[in-house]
Amino acid sequence: MSDRTDLLLALADDELILGWRNSEWTGIAPFLEEDVAFSSIAQNEIGHARALYELAARELGSTADELAFDRTPEEYRSAALVELRRLEWARTIARHWLYETADEIRIASLKASSDMEIAGLAAKIDREEAYHRMHAEMWVDRLLASEDGRARLEEAIAELWPYALGVLDDVLRPELVARAQERLGRVLPDAEPVPRGVHEAELAELWEEMTSVRRSAPAGAQW
Amino acid sequence: MIYEVFRQERKGQPFQHAGSVVAPDEAFAEIYAREQYARRQESVALWLVPREAVHEIAEFPDEFEMKYRRVDGYSIKARLHEARERAGTLDMAPGAASE
Repeated sequence: MSDRTDLLLALADDELILGWRNSEWTGIAPFLEEDVAFSSIAQNEIGHARALYELAARELGSTADELAFDRTPEEYRSAALVELRRLEWARTIARHWLYETADEIRIASLKASSDMEIAGLAAKIDREEAYHRMHAEMWVDRLLASEDGRARLEEAIAELWPYALGVLDDVLRPELVARAQERLGRVLPDAEPVPRGVHEAELAELWEEMTSVRRSAPAGAQW
Repeated sequence: MIYEVFRQERKGQPFQHAGSVVAPDEAFAEIYAREQYARRQESVALWLVPREAVHEIAEFPDEFEMKYRRVDGYSIKARLHEARERAGTLDMAPGAASE
């Protein structure tokens, strides 16, 4: 596998798995408007995953569906941050914000890529991610505005920080640290990044559910 | 806060009431309205109006049942034509040029 497909799959897997995790809130988010918005964001992430898989699939002589569903859990290149099942709103928002912040840095570097296909797709994805960031930032504003909110956000960030660091490589990671520290107005402790590809047990559970339709109809389900 | 949402389906068309969103402030309202009323490209523009900014008028007393104020029962078109003829303004009537 080339560095190019490796890069595309890492990004696609992040978006697919996070999209799946976020969609777990559909129907049970704290209130109706948030339910609709968060579900819509989840669908966007899955749409980005599809476009990225398609680009990788062309090079690998495969298809987006095969890449998304026919690999074993160990073969996924996703970061542990997106795999965690944290069905609790403060953690979900903290993860969402950490991911979007890291993703913005990564997407910006891809937009500057000399590979025109990757740069073009990154720019397209970024135009939708802008609204995800707006959503994440307004939640952080709101949480930081109250004592209770700040405490919950900080607690969730303390737990997720080593995972967030694992989303980016050594080159881009310092930028995430700088942005997060500036936003929170404090120095975040040094932590060992949880490396990409070292999967949480929760990924296997998610995979079971996510691939069940595909495995029940190997010839392909028609919608 | 409740925000009333109006949406425009195509450029140039009037905005029509689409529904409302509950949101703690305008920033949240914008995201929620965007996701609920425009994510499928069904709108080209949205108006967000805090509900308290809407001045509702809903009482129109008609104690004496002044039926003559209503248009039902009148054949306006024919009477209007006659009146315009008398006044000599027939060629100024809407649509006159195309007739």
